[in-house]
Amino acid sequence: MSILVKHPGLFTTVQDQGRHGYQKFGVVVGGAMDLFAFRMSNLLVGNDQGEAGLEVTLRGPELEFLADTVIAICGGDLSPMLDSKHVPMWRPIYIRKGCVLHFGAIQTGCRAYIAIAGGIDVNHVLGSVSTYTRANLGGFKGRALQKGDILPLKEPFYTIEKYRQQFNLIKDSSVSISKFSLNHKVLPPYRNNPCVRFVRGRQYDDFSSEAKRRLVTSSYRVSSKSDRMGYRLEGPALMLQEPKEMISETILFGTIQVPPDGQPIILMADRQTTGGYPKIAQVIFVDLPILAQVKPGETLTLQEVSLQVAEQLYLKQEATLQFMQKRLRLYWETGVLINQK
Amino acid sequence: MKGRKCSPFPYKIMPLNEYAVTIELGDQIDEIIHQRVKRLNDALEERAFLGLVEIVMTYTTLTVFYDPTLIAKAGNEFPYSFVCSYIKDLIESLDDRSPTLPNLVEIPVCYGGEYGPDLDEVAKFHGLSLEEVIQIHSEPSYLVYMIGFAPGFPYLGGMSAEIATPRKHTPSLSIPIGSVGIAGSQTGIYPISTPGGWHIIGRTPLTLFDSKKSPPSLLQAGDRVRFRPISKEQYIQWKEGKR
Repeated sequence: MSILVKHPGLFTTVQDQGRHGYQKFGVVVGGAMDLFAFRMSNLLVGNDQGEAGLEVTLRGPELEFLADTVIAICGGDLSPMLDSKHVPMWRPIYIRKGCVLHFGAIQTGCRAYIAIAGGIDVNHVLGSVSTYTRANLGGFKGRALQKGDILPLKEPFYTIEKYRQQFNLIKDSSVSISKFSLNHKVLPPYRNNPCVRFVRGRQYDDFSSEAKRRLVTSSYRVSSKSDRMGYRLEGPALMLQEPKEMISETILFGTIQVPPDGQPIILMADRQTTGGYPKIAQVIFVDLPILAQVKPGETLTLQEVSLQVAEQLYLKQEATLQFMQKRLRLYWETGVLINQK
Repeated sequence: MKGRKCSPFPYKIMPLNEYAVTIELGDQIDEIIHQRVKRLNDALEERAFLGLVEIVMTYTTLTVFYDPTLIAKAGNEFPYSFVCSYIKDLIESLDDRSPTLPNLVEIPVCYGGEYGPDLDEVAKFHGLSLEEVIQIHSEPSYLVYMIGFAPGFPYLGGMSAEIATPRKHTPSLSIPIGSVGIAGSQTGIYPISTPGGWHIIGRTPLTLFDSKKSPPSLLQAGDRVRFRPISKEQYIQWKEGKR
């Protein structure tokens, strides 16, 4: 069971939910940028939500499947196609041996996730398979995929016969789409030039009242110098009330820090563990997937919420994912579809 | 949330987001504050709550990462409030006893020559001889305040002001792994090869970070470090012996 990389795409990496428990040793957490899409893609193919999958960036790869399998593609719509025919996203897809997955033009977002039944079989490094290319750590040989790579797959949780029972396989058709589909209400409200919500950052009170006003009334452009480590924003400068000598502190996925030039940086999946710029805001967890799908050149606006609201949204999203896991397990085991909440 | 009078030291607990809180124990780089950070870190590791994921120490803070879902499942509607009160109770139960003895790590360093190309410049800058710079640098025991910036990179405190040297005007494109350098009043060791503006005065044959080892980092926050000068021959022998 394996996949042949016929073309790697712009930047395709093996990811999971990140390397947790090693930040005290300075180890970057990393992991999928859009964790919702990543986790959901795994659930759709009957995997545990943290199995190794692929993160595709802007221009997708061309992958040949060397055995029958089930895949799901979630996140940004980069026009996925199987043997030149468009296939839907957020659905399980049965693929016959020899079938080629490729991508077309960007429709929405910028990162797609491909989950394959069983997951990609690569070694865990410090408890995770996520690729951290800067330190050549984890994933497939510590780097983005290259032409000619052969990605081994793990044995899936269900046998291929079990999967096959839930598809109406038509003879001579290389692809079959599952009748299982997601209610789009469970998905994060992905859109271009989005508004993302934040809670106050550690040094919020040190910023000038003008900066606090600008933060919620301005729109910021995501610069081309943006990647998995962070998004540089361009817009009205956010200044401190007075210059402050900062001591390095812990930073998180979604932390908005402001260097002395006043142009904010949002830290993303591959951020370092600590940083020394004042932090004005923190993007809430459930809005990070929306942020992960923002392309350079788009604009962002920001809206403040309380921590209690953020916390309840977090718990609600986790409950949704747990429910989806149950629903999909039942579906793959029995073909029964229980209603969505 | 502010600490009450009965806590052994002043503290502030603040949320970072839905799954992390920071406990602030001071606002300057200081050994006493560090010892409180370390003490609270050790107490939390010993008496972890269900749902605790990881703890990160910095100069003045401790950040606690937790799993809100697990904590909510245990019957706490607001996980942040639960974590705050747990930490508050823990701090208030601490006595002000002195911390446990730190782990002392000796780091062999081959100073100068090809491994420390900027030693001459540092010596010239201060009007010292090469031997004096080496002596001053290898004399103190340094405190590892925190690990950050890169995997296994120690933020060391305790370097003598006599050899503090500003960063280079033009950063080197690639500083080799194991390089020991000076930037301002800081000294450090590069666990990975990276560009940088530090003055490089030597190199250690030790591996500071190895993802196959447990723990992966040679140094941990709270350790003490002493540099021991070695010759080029010893450096080479060490490297060969390791292979």
